[in-house]
Amino acid sequence: MIGTSIPRVGGFERVSGSQQYTADIRLDNALHVKLVSLSCARARIQAIHTADAAAAPGVRAVFTASECPHPMPRFGPVRADRPLLAIFETKFSGEPICVVAADTEDQAASAASLVRVEFEERAPVLDVKSALDPASALVQDPALRPNDPLAHTNILQEWQFGWGSVEQASADLIIEHDYSFPMVTHFAIEPHAFLAAPDANGVTVWSPTQHPYVLQRVVAATLGLPLSSVRIIAPDSGGGFGGKGWPKFEPLLAWLALALGRPVRLVLSLEEAFQAARRTSAHIHARTGFTRNGRIVFQDIRADFLLGAYADIGGRVVSKASYAACGPYRTPHARVLARALLSHTTPSTAFRGFGTPQASWAVESQLNEAAAALGIDPVEIRRRNVPAKGESFIPDDTPADGEWATALERASTAIGWDTKRPAHHGRGISIGLKSSSTASRSVAIVRLHFDGSATVLCGTSDMGQGARTVLTQIAAQELGLAAERIAIVMGDTAVVPYDSSTSASRSTVFMGNAVIRACESITTQLNTIAAAHSVREDAPRGDLLNVHFGPTRGEIIGIGEAGSAFEPSHPLGGRAAFWELMCAACEVRVDPETGAVSLLRLVLVSDVGKALNPRQVETQDEGAAVMGMGHTLMEQLILGADGRILNLGSLDYRIPSIKDIPASFESILIENGDGPGPYGSKGAGEGGTLAVAAAIGAAINEAAGVHLRELPLTPERIWRAMRETERNS
Amino acid sequence: MTITLVVNGTARTLDTPAHRTLLHVLRDDLNLTGTKECCAEGECGACTVLLNGRAVNACLVLGVECDGEDVRTIEGLGAGGRLDPLQNAFAESGAVQCGFCIPGMIVAARYLLSTNPNPSEEEVKEGLAGNLCRCAGYSRIISAVVRAAKA
Repeated sequence: MIGTSIPRVGGFERVSGSQQYTADIRLDNALHVKLVSLSCARARIQAIHTADAAAAPGVRAVFTASECPHPMPRFGPVRADRPLLAIFETKFSGEPICVVAADTEDQAASAASLVRVEFEERAPVLDVKSALDPASALVQDPALRPNDPLAHTNILQEWQFGWGSVEQASADLIIEHDYSFPMVTHFAIEPHAFLAAPDANGVTVWSPTQHPYVLQRVVAATLGLPLSSVRIIAPDSGGGFGGKGWPKFEPLLAWLALALGRPVRLVLSLEEAFQAARRTSAHIHARTGFTRNGRIVFQDIRADFLLGAYADIGGRVVSKASYAACGPYRTPHARVLARALLSHTTPSTAFRGFGTPQASWAVESQLNEAAAALGIDPVEIRRRNVPAKGESFIPDDTPADGEWATALERASTAIGWDTKRPAHHGRGISIGLKSSSTASRSVAIVRLHFDGSATVLCGTSDMGQGARTVLTQIAAQELGLAAERIAIVMGDTAVVPYDSSTSASRSTVFMGNAVIRACESITTQLNTIAAAHSVREDAPRGDLLNVHFGPTRGEIIGIGEAGSAFEPSHPLGGRAAFWELMCAACEVRVDPETGAVSLLRLVLVSDVGKALNPRQVETQDEGAAVMGMGHTLMEQLILGADGRILNLGSLDYRIPSIKDIPASFESILIENGDGPGPYGSKGAGEGGTLAVAAAIGAAINEAAGVHLRELPLTPERIWRAMRETERNS
Repeated sequence: MTITLVVNGTARTLDTPAHRTLLHVLRDDLNLTGTKECCAEGECGACTVLLNGRAVNACLVLGVECDGEDVRTIEGLGAGGRLDPLQNAFAESGAVQCGFCIPGMIVAARYLLSTNPNPSEEEVKEGLAGNLCRCAGYSRIISAVVRAAKA
C-alpha cells in the first residue's frame, strides 16, 4: 500500500464529469451576485448612483459601503486591513465598490452595468521605486497601523536576518547584481466561486478554500460571530496554488447572505480571478563573496518585495523567503534586509514556492556567474558549498536533513552534464530549497465502523495534489484495510477536526502523522477490548466488535494530533519542520535569429524521504516545473499607467500549453526515509517552482552568450541581449 | 426561442434567449455541470464539447445555433454504463490532478482519436493544443491519450 501508486481517490468523478466544484453547486433560492469595480487602480469615489440598477428586473439588492455596517468591517488573515467594499478610495484595479444581487446571473450582470460611478483618478503606486518614494501617496491609511513606526510609509514591514559579519568578511571575488521577478497570476483553471447561506447556527460559506479553518476564523471575526456559528464547506478546488488560500470575497458574501436572509452565489470570471490574487513580485540586489575556490564567504542581500494594496499573507511570504534566502549552502556570513512594500495593485498572496522562487532566481544566478568568473563548473561550485546531511547552515534552525549533494549528482548525470553541447545549446543546473511549515497543528479523527470498515475525517484540502489518496493509503496501511473499505471526508468544518492549513507542503507529514496516531489509538482500544473479552488480538475485527458491542452495535473512534509548537523567540515562530529540496537541470536551444527558446530536456530531482504514492509525487513535480517554466519564459502581468492589468485574461496572458513542454522530461525521486512524516516521508510539490528559473536562465545565458537577470526571459529580451552582445564584441 | 437539441443521445427541448451560449444552456438549463467554464473566450478549452461529432468551445457557440443538432458532453462519452477508454486511461495514467481541465481535455482527445485513431505524440500535442492545464506537466495526459488509442 505504501509506496504504491494506487489510483487517485476521486479520479472517477473527475473523468466522468460528476465531480462537484463550487460553481457546480446549486442552492435553492440563491441570488446571483455581481461585483462592480473600476478599471483604474486608484480613484477617489465621489458618488455611486445605484437607483437604475436597483430598479432593473430581478434585482433584490444593490449595496455600497454606505449599506455596510459602520465602522466598515475589515478582514485579513494577519492584519484586518481589507474592507468588505471600498469606502472612499479604490486601492487596486478590480477592488469592488458595489455589489448587486439578482435572481439570475444575466440580471445581475445587466444591473451591474447600470451602476454609475463618479470618481476622480489619482496617481497610483505601482512599483518598488514609487512605493519607496516619500513623495508618493500612502496606499494604506496610517490610522490602520497605530503604534507602527512605518505607518507613514508604504513599507508594511521590514526584516533583517543574518549572522557573522558581512562587513568584515573578505572575499577573492565579489559578484553583485540586481534581479527581478515579475507579477504573475495563479491562473487556476477554476476561477474562484463562492456561496453563502444563513442557517440555523449562523452562516455557511462554500469556498474552494485551501484552509477551511483560516476562513472560518476570518469570517467569524469580520462579522463578530463565534466560531461555532460559522460553517465552511470547502469543495475540492480546481487548482489552488496559494490563490485560494486566504479569504477574498467570502466575508462580503457571508455578510450579504445574513443581511438578505437568503443564499447568495458569486462566480468570478477569469479576469476577476486575475484581479483577485497574484504572486508577490520582487527586486533583489545580491552581493555574494567567494574564495577563488568558489566557496561562499558571504551573502549580502537586499530584497524588496512588492505586495498589493492589502497585506493578505504577503508579510509572511517575505519573511519566510528572506530568512532562508541564502539557499542550501554554507554561508559563513550573511545579511538579508527585506521589505514588504504596499502598492495599488492586486493583493499579492501565497503562491507555490512562497517567496523562495524569487530569492532562488537571484542566489542561484549569482552562483552560476561566480562559476563562470572563476572557471569552475556550475555543478562543482555547488558541490563545494552544499552542506552535508546533519550540518547546520542557518544558525539555530533545522540542519540539512537530506543527502543534498546526491540530488546534484543525480541531476547532472541524468542531463548528461559533461557531454558536448551542440551549437546554440546551453545547459543549466540549480538547487531550490524551501522550509516547510514552522508552527502548525493537524488533528485527524478515524472512525472504525461496526463492520470493520473505516472513515477518516480531516481538514486537509485536496486541490489536485492527491491528499485524499495519500491519507487513504496511510489509514489503509495502519488498519490493515483495503482502500475500498476506507472513506475519507474532508472540507467541512462542521464535520472534520481542526487543521492549520494545506500549505508549505506540510500535509503528508502532519495530517499523515495525525492519521497514524488516530489509527494507533484505535488499535490500542481494540487490544484492550480483546483482553477484556479474552479474545485473541489477531481475531477478525468484525468478531471482536460484535462480541464487544453486542446487539446495540457501536463504533471505535480514534483521534490523533500532530504539529510543531510555536516558538516565540524564533523569527518565524518555529524552526523548519523539514526542508524541501529540488535540483533541476535542463538543456535548451536558443534560436540565434529570433531569441526563441526550445526547452529540450528537463530533469527534476526531489529529495522526498519516502514517496507514499510515487506517481502523485512525480506528477506534482512535473506540474510545478511547468509552472516554473511559465514564470521563467512567458508569464508577466503588464500594468498600464493607471494600474489596470493590460493582459487580463487568457488571450494575452500566456501560460505553458501542451506544446511548450520539453521533449524529454524526467522526474527522479530520492528516498532515504529521512523525513519526519509517515514512513520517513517529507513533503513535496513546490520544488519545481523553486529551481527551474535559474536552471533555464543559466542554459539560455550559455546558449545565447547573454546575462539576463529579469524574468520572464521572453524571446524579445533574449534577442535584444544577443544583439547588444554582438554590438559590444 | 424554443430549441430542441439532442444531448448525450436524448432530445431536450427548452426556451432560451438568443444570446445564451451552449455552455450556459448545458450547465444551467440542463444541469449538466461536467462541462466547465474558465476563460469564456475560447482560449482554454475547459468547455470543449462535441457538436455533431466535432470538438467546439461551448462558450463560443450560441444555444440557438444548436437547434436540431447533436451535442455530446463528458457525461455522455461512455456507453452502456461503462467509461470511454479515454476516461479509464486518464484515471489510470496520473493525468488527473485537480480535474477541472479534464472534461474538456478528454472530449478534445475523443475528437482527436475519432479523426486520427493512432496519433503520434506530436499529433496528440497538436490535437490538445487548445486545452490548458495548470496542474500537470501535460506529459501524463499525452501518455493517457496514446494508451487509450491502443486500447
